[in-house]
Amino acid sequence: MTTLTDAWSWLTTAAHWSGENGVWHRLVEHLFLTVVCLALSCLLALPVALVLGHLGKGGGLAVNLANAGRAVPTFAVLVLLLLSPLGPYGEWPTIIALVLFAVPPLLTNAYVGMRGVDADVVRAARGMGMTGAQTLTRVELPLALPMILTGVRIAAVQLVATATVAALAGGGGLGRIITAGFNLASTPQVVAGAVLVAALALLVEGVFEGVQRLAPAGARGSGA
Amino acid sequence: MTAPPDDCLARNDWICGAYVSTRDEILTDAVVQHLQLTGVSVALALLLALPLAVLARRWRWAAGPVLGITTVLYTIPALAMFSLLLPVYGLSAALVVAGLVLYSLTLLVRNILAGLRAVPEETRQAARGLGYGPIRLLLAVELPLALPAAMAGLRIATVSAVSLVTIGAIVGHGGLGNLIYAGMNTYFKAQVLTASVLCVVIAVVADLLLLGVQRLLTPWTRGQAG
Repeated sequence: MTTLTDAWSWLTTAAHWSGENGVWHRLVEHLFLTVVCLALSCLLALPVALVLGHLGKGGGLAVNLANAGRAVPTFAVLVLLLLSPLGPYGEWPTIIALVLFAVPPLLTNAYVGMRGVDADVVRAARGMGMTGAQTLTRVELPLALPMILTGVRIAAVQLVATATVAALAGGGGLGRIITAGFNLASTPQVVAGAVLVAALALLVEGVFEGVQRLAPAGARGSGA
Repeated sequence: MTAPPDDCLARNDWICGAYVSTRDEILTDAVVQHLQLTGVSVALALLLALPLAVLARRWRWAAGPVLGITTVLYTIPALAMFSLLLPVYGLSAALVVAGLVLYSLTLLVRNILAGLRAVPEETRQAARGLGYGPIRLLLAVELPLALPAAMAGLRIATVSAVSLVTIGAIVGHGGLGNLIYAGMNTYFKAQVLTASVLCVVIAVVADLLLLGVQRLLTPWTRGQAG
């Protein structure tokens, strides 16, 4: 129990929140990494998934990518990128690793969502004289939206987690509070950092759940 | 004075046969530790998940809390999970195992429960009509029919666990992750690449082995999709 009270007093010490290594600065770094990489991954993954899903091609790719994303350790990719020629370029190794691990859930969920659209509905759209692009944007996309949003939510939570691991490989973010705590052999600081990271992850998950609930009825999904 | 040897170790190449041959003992130890941590965690998670899923199936009111709590646990990033367990377990292998059990639990409970729920009501009634009691119904009818879904969950949980063990390096019990961590600090490219590749190989082999077990255990699904 003393560790918990020590962790609490670490969190309530104003000095730990300000400055270069303070919580606020690390939180901003963490959110910046998460938001930028989520935007990048969506820009990369969603157009590809929507077009592949519309054409009904590349299903194997979508499944295999999801499996590969699970089998390859994030920590290994972070360290490999750090030791690669990209290593000296500041946050770039971290950003690339984060994007690599956010793309599979986005791609797979969007693809599955597109393929899950009732074939009769698509045929009806064609029968009404819609072009391929019109069918994609006006029929398939709205119907696939719940699955696409689920993919975005999984990717966002994954990004928060990967950004934490990035601290092990010298990246910024809240994970640095944990790794610094380990280096100082300060269990209260480690626990305090972990509480902050866990709270952020749960908050991101909660915000996306809320967005999915507030979205128009058609975008509400039961996707896992 | 002798000239420094001009081999791949001295050049710090990514791919280095000399690294593998001179460090084979370290590599073997790391692989064994990796397999032990993964195996123990997934086995413990399976032992816990099975009764939880069966209970959540029996009593509808238990399903919500069980799924809710495991989902919250799954959302917590691995590094934070290990750190939260630090006051309880200290810098030990038990900490890594406990963290991995909590992750695998979510995947297993969800999949076993989905498998149990997918058993058709007619099948259940037919078994009851044949005089099956609740326990025999569970063991001889429901669990075998839930096996494909449960095995799918077990495969995902195992592959994820193999990958997450590496983060145990933060407490010095990360199997191949220890080599990656040490290699990062000493800028030792061959060590990082070799350990990373071995990690992926373990994950792929474990996945294929479990797929084989699944085929053997569920001969009736052969020839069907999935």
